[in-house]
Amino acid sequence: MADHAGVAGGDEVDLSRRKFLTRATIATGAVGAVFAAIPFIESWSPSERARAEGAPVEFDLSKLEPGQMALPVWRRQPIFVVRRTPDMVKRIAGHDGELKDPGSKDSVQPPYASNELRSRTPEFLVLIAICTHLGCLPKQRFDAGELSPSWPGGFWCPCHGSRFDLAGRVFDGSPASINLRVPPYSYPKEHLLLIGADEKGVAG
Amino acid sequence: MTVKTATGTAAPMPKSGARAGQGFWAWLNKRMPVDQFLASQVTEYYAPKNFNVWYFFGSLALVVLVLQLVTGIFLTMFYKPGEATAFDSVQFIMREVDFGWLIRYLHSSGASFFFIVVYLHMFRAFLYGSYKAPRELLWLVGMLVYLALMAEAFMGYVLPWGNMSFWGAQVIINLFGTIPGIGPDLVLWIRGDYGIADATLNRFFSLHVAAVPLALLGLVALHLVALHEVGSNNPDGVEIKDKVGADGKPLDGIPFHPYYTVKDFVGIAVLLVLLAIVVFFVPNLGGLFLEAPNYEPANPVSTPADITPVWYFTPYYAMLRAVPDQRLGALLLLLGVMAFLFVPWLDRSPVKSMRYRGWMSRSALAIFVVSFVGLGYLGMQPALGIYVVIARILAVLYFLYFLLMPFYTRLDPVKPVPERVTYHAH
Repeated sequence: MADHAGVAGGDEVDLSRRKFLTRATIATGAVGAVFAAIPFIESWSPSERARAEGAPVEFDLSKLEPGQMALPVWRRQPIFVVRRTPDMVKRIAGHDGELKDPGSKDSVQPPYASNELRSRTPEFLVLIAICTHLGCLPKQRFDAGELSPSWPGGFWCPCHGSRFDLAGRVFDGSPASINLRVPPYSYPKEHLLLIGADEKGVAG
Repeated sequence: MTVKTATGTAAPMPKSGARAGQGFWAWLNKRMPVDQFLASQVTEYYAPKNFNVWYFFGSLALVVLVLQLVTGIFLTMFYKPGEATAFDSVQFIMREVDFGWLIRYLHSSGASFFFIVVYLHMFRAFLYGSYKAPRELLWLVGMLVYLALMAEAFMGYVLPWGNMSFWGAQVIINLFGTIPGIGPDLVLWIRGDYGIADATLNRFFSLHVAAVPLALLGLVALHLVALHEVGSNNPDGVEIKDKVGADGKPLDGIPFHPYYTVKDFVGIAVLLVLLAIVVFFVPNLGGLFLEAPNYEPANPVSTPADITPVWYFTPYYAMLRAVPDQRLGALLLLLGVMAFLFVPWLDRSPVKSMRYRGWMSRSALAIFVVSFVGLGYLGMQPALGIYVVIARILAVLYFLYFLLMPFYTRLDPVKPVPERVTYHAH
């Protein structure tokens, strides 16, 4: 009631009351503005259609000869599927000292691919074909000695020169800091590769 | 105030309110301060009388902005954003729209001209200390214009949906992925899909034709408001407002109109001649203004042999590639751009203009220019061997220019600054 007395008096202005009301109005307006921004910000997230098109894809492995590579696309990302020969598998060992992350500790892969060969089986290598530096498409340089006399075979990125071995592990001196990423994948049937889903379900 | 006409009689100078009382003009001025605005901002806005060639580039930037707005509006009438339509619609503009090739080449060359003019405009500020008090805010707003321009140019380059558009967008958007923690989610949000896609192209189109141009126009208006509040600097770095005549006008100032409008039209004529030469004879400028891989449609499974941005981004791109670590490289690129923001406070020199600075400031600026241009060249070369080594040396020099600025500008043996601007009648 005391507050109303000031208003009734006409001349007296309660400045602290005015300041409080001004600040409360600004604060309420700011909270409202934040909530109003949410739909606009959310509109930039992948649409339902984009999410649906990101469903797992199947790949028929019987099409690949030993030593061959295929480049199917999953979620708009090219995927390296390499059928490694026993010789190629052998060339993955022996250069751990030249690698940034030989044990794939800082790299991105499902648990079943965090081994030295970075794959479920030694024969098939499945990698996201996007350079972990800035997203170019690395090129295949599978032959030993192709890039330098000591080159064990692997991938080479033409953009900024990152080099990876036949398990997608990055060499020292490359601008990329981590190994090529491994997508979730599984073999629901013999000769059938399912990219984007494994025992744990579909990739998030 | 009077001037002599050709016959020797005195003619009144056009002044604010001179046409008051005359029909429509008076009616208009009672409702909107047109005369008052023109007088305070143009006919009685005093600029230093000793401007030289470096003072062309501000007005030229405005001319290029108008060129980009007009050509851009017309291109929007024919361009169709979307993965399936973008590349074809640009070819449609080039081959089937009457004069479409001209409008598009004016727009694509205009982008490069914008950066040429802006870089020379910025160099002028370094040359004459135009960012120093009381023009710090003018400089900061100008830098925001530069940042908005970079965003505008980058998104504009994605729209033709050529292969360099696609892979350039891939590299630049992935830079955001190096931010610790939120990086991968941020990249997904920017793209709106698991890769660069239709969603990405459409939002870039919206930003390129609406959001960023609006921001640019607002920032340019602010830049001009700030400029007209403090007035232009000049090659001597002497404040003309400090010496005013009995009429209260700066002794070394001349009205912007007609003196500098006339001068600026000469600059505009030269700019348009150069623009015409590029547009009509060498619209690609040997891959500098338009790159060869962009004549192929975007292909997500085929990287161009060497991804390089257009020339105006290459100094920063060279810094990015000079570091063998993605996160540090991206950080260096960011710092390289942001370093300009701090210059008004890093420069501790008691004088503004290089004319009165000593060998330290002069050599530092020379080294900076060499490093910036050198990095620009290296950013277009493959990141191999000796190129990377030189890029690292130049990147160090680039940052030393900023980091050591508080020291060499203070130790610099400066010369005495004259009371008034130096000016020789023509």
